[in-house]
Amino acid sequence: MDELYDVMIIGGGVVGSAIARELSRYELKIGVLEKNLDVCFETSGRNSGVIHGGFAYDPGTYKARFCVEGNLEFDQVAAELGVPFKRTGKVLVGNTPADMESLKRTLESGQINGSCGLEIIDDAQLHNLVPSVIGKFALWSPNSGIVDPFLYTIALAENAACNGVTYLFDHEVTGISRARDRYTIITSKGDYRTRWVVNSAGLGCGKISEMLGLRGYKIVGSKGDYIILDKNVGPLLPMPVYPVPSNTYMGIHVTPTVDGNVIVGPNAEYINEDAFSYYGVSQKEIRSLAESANTLWPCIHKKDYIRNYCGILPKWVDENGKIQDYKIEARSEAPNSVNLVGIESPALTSALPIARYVVSLFAEKESFIRNTTFNPVRKPIIRFAEQNDENKEQLIKENPDYGEIICRCEKVTKAEMLQAIHNPLNVDTVTSIKYRTRAMMGRCQGGYCQTRLAEMIEQEKSKAVEDIVYARNGSKLFVGKVRR
Amino acid sequence: MSTIRKDVIIVGGGPAGLAAAIEMHRKGLRNILIIEREKNLGGILRQCIHDGFGLARFGQPLSGPEYAQRFIDEVIELGIPYDVGTTVLSITPEKEVTAVSSDGLVTYQAGAVVLTMGCRERTRGALAIPGERPAGVFTAGVVQSYINLHNTMVGKEVIILGSGDIGMIMARRMTLEGAHVNAVFEIMPYPSGLPRNIQQCLNDYDIPLYLSHTVTEIHGSSRLTGVTVSAVDENLQIIPGTEKYYPCDTLILSVGLIPENELSLSAGIEMDNRTKGAVVDEYYQTSVPGIFAAGNVLQVHDLVDNVSLEAESLADNVAVYIRDGSLPVCDVQIITDGNVSHTIPQRISGQKEFTLSMRVRCPFKNCTILIKQNNIALKRVKLQKALPAEMIRISIPKDNLKPEAAVEVSVE
Repeated sequence: MDELYDVMIIGGGVVGSAIARELSRYELKIGVLEKNLDVCFETSGRNSGVIHGGFAYDPGTYKARFCVEGNLEFDQVAAELGVPFKRTGKVLVGNTPADMESLKRTLESGQINGSCGLEIIDDAQLHNLVPSVIGKFALWSPNSGIVDPFLYTIALAENAACNGVTYLFDHEVTGISRARDRYTIITSKGDYRTRWVVNSAGLGCGKISEMLGLRGYKIVGSKGDYIILDKNVGPLLPMPVYPVPSNTYMGIHVTPTVDGNVIVGPNAEYINEDAFSYYGVSQKEIRSLAESANTLWPCIHKKDYIRNYCGILPKWVDENGKIQDYKIEARSEAPNSVNLVGIESPALTSALPIARYVVSLFAEKESFIRNTTFNPVRKPIIRFAEQNDENKEQLIKENPDYGEIICRCEKVTKAEMLQAIHNPLNVDTVTSIKYRTRAMMGRCQGGYCQTRLAEMIEQEKSKAVEDIVYARNGSKLFVGKVRR
Repeated sequence: MSTIRKDVIIVGGGPAGLAAAIEMHRKGLRNILIIEREKNLGGILRQCIHDGFGLARFGQPLSGPEYAQRFIDEVIELGIPYDVGTTVLSITPEKEVTAVSSDGLVTYQAGAVVLTMGCRERTRGALAIPGERPAGVFTAGVVQSYINLHNTMVGKEVIILGSGDIGMIMARRMTLEGAHVNAVFEIMPYPSGLPRNIQQCLNDYDIPLYLSHTVTEIHGSSRLTGVTVSAVDENLQIIPGTEKYYPCDTLILSVGLIPENELSLSAGIEMDNRTKGAVVDEYYQTSVPGIFAAGNVLQVHDLVDNVSLEAESLADNVAVYIRDGSLPVCDVQIITDGNVSHTIPQRISGQKEFTLSMRVRCPFKNCTILIKQNNIALKRVKLQKALPAEMIRISIPKDNLKPEAAVEVSVE
């Protein structure tokens, strides 16, 4: 623990990585402590991947303000960071007079929030936008969109790393102490000293708050399950289709992904902190998701299921269980800290505005020197499958590995896999490569490519097979060689 | 990107593609090309190092690689061109085939296309097996590849879901490599794999097979720690109270194979919902003239010997198509009763004899397979037993066959 960090960020999700990236614009020694083996292994990678319009939040809240701000700048952000993003628009579909009242209220709060282009559309307009939907009218939000949540988080983190931020994976924070104006952060892999600390621990925000001496936050998890559908239904869903929202919950919806799949979900089950690491999906939930969403978009059939998953949103609630706005605070009880609590949806949309706000809290106390070498641009891995024939030929000419298809479903080439394996964060779980390339994400779920992927990690990273990990700490794929 | 003319492009260099190519060469077709995405010919046989292949065809038990090598040797001897490490990206209804390799993109204008892409495995996601998502859940073919081609051992304490042939073969293989295979669970009331594999891979190693059971929850946040298994009733619904926990570090799924028809769809070929393969006529021609299909991409076979046979039998037709530019019209439908899971072909000309291959939907004892048209029996086959695991091949004579009403296939 010889080195002193200027800022240590606890949690490398989309918000922690956005903060890291925004802070890397300045001459600071920045670290990110992440308990998992890569970014986006928790809430940031387990959601609907929607860039929200900002109409569903109470006026005056951080959620409303940061969401609208994040939405409006997202084209530029996505281009800068090389992230797949589509401004598809979105509809909230209703049928009854009560639905209409509710949508009108949503429209009004959206207008106050500054969400652009909202309008109520009739049956014909709705079915013109989404022919396969069931509904009589809708609230149309032309500015809503979809993003690859994995790649967005990865892009922020990689861009931060390329601008000098140190990512420390497999580092779970177990304690924080403060003496002589310095924090000591105790982790599962050693202690770190830092002048500033940021709590962006997502589901762990309550625990880290306690460690900082900021007590009393009650965090509940809202666990939502999803089903992923095959790309062959993708053309039937040009944009996210939502039901009329309640005060606390968006409702089970269907969302296209930027890659052409469809995701169905989530439901919302409130869970306590001791269940925050359980990512199981039950049969009952899968069935009820499909039944519910089929009343909105009747195109969900079991033959198209390719996978299911769940995510958990950290919600800060008051003593009555009422969900609160984001808490973003720099309190004197924990000097030189920024504490973020209850950063749930729409955090994917809001990450960069939140990050800039966090930086502004720092700037009130300390003046920073600009990092003149900061480069906001991250070059993505060029995807063979998304190119036209001419570009494909050119790619192969420059690098013959672009002609070798490793993943048959998503047509991912060896060149892409190699770039992903040698990523700027130096992570090498199987899931890390999957998120960066889409290998194993297709309908065969790795039936063809996973043996090749594992072999490439083994060779490129000179790893023993028994050290190859699927995703989480300890998720070893193999027990060893069959024969030495 | 230039376009190269070929009489026939064969998509896939596994057992079906190899057999089709050799037979087409024998029929005089020379300007043909096999395109194989892997670095070697042989397809899935390369990882099937157990024996039992070729009993019907060669009268001796061969391993998968040995069986494939006989065909590969012949391809090389005959000088049939093949490209390995080359993936077909698309096939148009006009039979334009685009392929990619490290040499670049190539487009072929084919006179005919033979689809022999084989099949893939059904996954956990497709079944939506509930529970967590730890490492240690594999499909049987993936385990086979890890062990036999990549020298990598996947686990020590094993449960197998599904009584498909590859699952049973992997039960034996894992046992021979020192793993402990606890049990095989099958949701159906009968096994889906061949009787010989139940004997040689399970019974001989004292591995129990539980019918009417399925995995109802997967446990473990990192590596698999165990599975919950439940009994199911005759409607395949879980019987509450029958749950039992089995500790294990590996779950192998052998829950079905799906013909790999993404390219067929790109060519606009009509598919059969039952086989998940193309609808073909007695010439093995699909709904797109000049595109043919055989092997596991058409229907999942029980034995590779039958794959080779099926692939060879389309060669003559391809040669005629190349020569004449068309084949006789086939608009006589073959329809089935509820006891037949599917047939190949699905339609015929009604003007010549043909081979019908089919499977029954559930096991039968002392049954008769009746094939009739206009209430006139074309053929009656008496069987002591008929199992869903086994393909049935029946030659239908020309005798009473007419190019008119549908042909009906039933089991009684």
